[in-house]
Amino acid sequence: MSLLGRLNWDAVQHGWVIAGGQVTLVAVMLAVVGLLTYKKRWGWLWREWLTTVDPKRIGVMYIVFAMLMLLRGLADAAMMRAQQAVSVGPHHGFLDPNHYQQIFTAHGTIMIFFVAMGLMFGLINLVVPMQIGSRDVAFPFLNATSFWLYAMGGMLLNLSLVLGGFAATGWLAYPPLSELAYSPGPGVDYWIWGLQIAGVGSLMSGINFLVTIIKMRAPGMKLMKMPMFCWSVLGAMSLVVFAFPILTATLTMLALDRTLGMHFFTALNGGNPMMYVNLIWAWGHPEVYILVLPAFGVYSEIVPTFSRKPLFGYTSMVWAIWGIVLLSFLVWLHHFFTMGAGADVNAFFGVMTMAIAVPTGVKIFNWLFTMYRGRVRFTTPMLWFIGFVTTFTMGGVAGVIMAIPAADFELHNSLFLVAHFHTMIIGGVVFGYFAGLTYWFPKFFGFRLNERLGKYAFYCWFVGFLLAFIPLYILGMMGATRRLDHYDASLGWQWLFIVAAVGVALVLVGVGFQVLQLYYSIKNRHANLDKTGDPWLGRTLEWSTASPPPFYNFAHIPLASERDAYWEMKKHKGQVTPKYESITLPRNTIMPLTISLMAFMFGFGMIWHMYWLPILGFFGIVGSIIWRSTSDEHEYKLPAAKVRQIEEELEARYA
Amino acid sequence: MSTQERQAAESKTLFGFWVYLMTDCVLFASLFATFAVLRFNTNGGPTGEDLFNLSFVFKETFILLTSSFACGLGILAARQGNKRLCLSMFGLTFALGLAFLGLELHEFNKLYNDGDSWRRSGFLSAFFTLVGTHGAHITAGLIWMGTMMLRVVQQGLTTNNIKRLTMLSLFWHFLDIVWIFIFTVVYLMGLVL
Repeated sequence: MSLLGRLNWDAVQHGWVIAGGQVTLVAVMLAVVGLLTYKKRWGWLWREWLTTVDPKRIGVMYIVFAMLMLLRGLADAAMMRAQQAVSVGPHHGFLDPNHYQQIFTAHGTIMIFFVAMGLMFGLINLVVPMQIGSRDVAFPFLNATSFWLYAMGGMLLNLSLVLGGFAATGWLAYPPLSELAYSPGPGVDYWIWGLQIAGVGSLMSGINFLVTIIKMRAPGMKLMKMPMFCWSVLGAMSLVVFAFPILTATLTMLALDRTLGMHFFTALNGGNPMMYVNLIWAWGHPEVYILVLPAFGVYSEIVPTFSRKPLFGYTSMVWAIWGIVLLSFLVWLHHFFTMGAGADVNAFFGVMTMAIAVPTGVKIFNWLFTMYRGRVRFTTPMLWFIGFVTTFTMGGVAGVIMAIPAADFELHNSLFLVAHFHTMIIGGVVFGYFAGLTYWFPKFFGFRLNERLGKYAFYCWFVGFLLAFIPLYILGMMGATRRLDHYDASLGWQWLFIVAAVGVALVLVGVGFQVLQLYYSIKNRHANLDKTGDPWLGRTLEWSTASPPPFYNFAHIPLASERDAYWEMKKHKGQVTPKYESITLPRNTIMPLTISLMAFMFGFGMIWHMYWLPILGFFGIVGSIIWRSTSDEHEYKLPAAKVRQIEEELEARYA
Repeated sequence: MSTQERQAAESKTLFGFWVYLMTDCVLFASLFATFAVLRFNTNGGPTGEDLFNLSFVFKETFILLTSSFACGLGILAARQGNKRLCLSMFGLTFALGLAFLGLELHEFNKLYNDGDSWRRSGFLSAFFTLVGTHGAHITAGLIWMGTMMLRVVQQGLTTNNIKRLTMLSLFWHFLDIVWIFIFTVVYLMGLVL
């Protein structure tokens, strides 16, 4: 066996589309390295980012990485839509079938695992500790490790663009197609190890934030006094804790099939491919609620703030979250009613699926009633919310249609399904996180994003989204299946595909406005400074600090005896003479990054069958953990005098 | 750190460790479910009845249960500040754990050499993975126990070390419970049902 396993020069990808991707990748990397060197920022990068354990900085890194991945995922989407708009009859478009399959696989995988999850964990890192009045998360070291594992998983997956190619199996890599017999190349292995590494990171984050919310709330903040975003995150993290181990186990079994010749999911020798489909959806259905619950939480913060009213139906909102958490584990089979489980089983899962629409409906009405008779300000976050309510309700109704097993037999794997879940995930999840980013941006960067460009971006996204996906509902009804790279001209589908492609183009214009918005807002930040720390007249504790907050969040841990704790504080404002105390904080460490790099080595070695590399990576990780456990000096004390100095500087900054 | 801060940190860590154990529980549940589905997919190869030897498995079970008992005594000794008793009890736990691992590897080796490896059938894939995952956890526990004993020898029974020993014992008891399920679902049901 050679030192490089099966890696050789033939693995380097060819073709002009791929070459474009490769050149972009290398150019961006060179540009970043050049800029860092030119601005002499390497030390800054090391001190402030690579070694940080501050959840605010980790949150920013999550969001930056997720946004870069969003660009990649959008490029994939644009290529698919362009292909389907032209690949009809005698024309075969610009993508060959194998490449097209890799693109839709990469699109789904990247959008779910590295965009939606990244935005979610980014916002959670930024907001949750601040909202519960805490200085940190429960396990800061673990938190940094989670981020770097997520980033390394994403990089490993993107490496397939240069070396070896990606899976051509669809985003969940169903066997037997994903087994060695039918996918012998490294593509599926990239998929497995990229997700495995990122997935372990997500699992650790789930534990971390669950403990943070349960154990680290400010004094007085009973569970039923918590901000609704924290409730949503608590629900989502409970789902992570119970669902992600299933993913870990399932990916491991697929990897064992492929590397050790086991027979879990093979078509022959006693394997059972449908078991994989059951297992992956036992994780996968909770996963979509993991993504959407925190987005629901974002809306639950934005709507009261911009309606200047407390959230309507707080208690019912909490029960709705836990109803969704419970039911989300009882619906997985609706992803494959066509398996042939029989009428009784299908009926059970159909009814459960319809039932989950009830708590979701409760939430929709609660938001609308919060707006009712409120003083609504139509800011950009509020526009995203209104866009969400309309599209999400439409997509939800489409979902209830498909929950009827008899109807699902017609719609299964059609473009109707594709349109449905994009309505839920773009309209629900993506709009929610964009709203949250706009809403919390001034808190963490100290200045507001430009409203006008933000609104342009919203309108382009919203109209583009409708143009892109309404034709897909119609096409699905007309019998168009998903993942087509070519169709016959006599079907009369082409004009609908062209409308969908125009929609995607409009979405890209929207993204252009977002980039422009960011650039313009940074350039003109002095005009939009947030001097008060409370730019939107907020209700929850994060707005009680300066913008951006000091690295220890709160000089004094606040008392939170009411819901909307900061709103109450503002009502009963009393001057307190500040008395500062020392603060215990975790030390920066490079180890989360080095551990994750070793995990990257592990995955890379497994993909290319260079088995010395995984062994090295594995022992490196075990050794690092043991080494870290030999020392207890992971924290330092920030003296009271220093806290006073920082606080007084913050006070004086805009005085 | 003040006493209050230390107590808060300890309750966080312990609670976090419990949550981790629950995630591990779900991991094992997935493997158990898989095993239950693939149990009869023997692909014309041997069944559980052909392969398992109850008295051998009983030996394994007895050794692991005894190690859990010793681990419990070790934790009691640690709480009482009896360093010597604590170390000897964890030493006993370690030795029994090692013996268990040896027996398991012996069983795996025998199956492999008889041509009944994980490549033979879906049933054997599920068997090796489920039991092997438990074995991998035992290995991790042994490494952890080794480093902990070294720490106790060097630093004594500090609050931090007692906290870590408590988590280690939770882990060890958890693996014991998983083994009871393996004993029942894999071996007993394999021989009887």
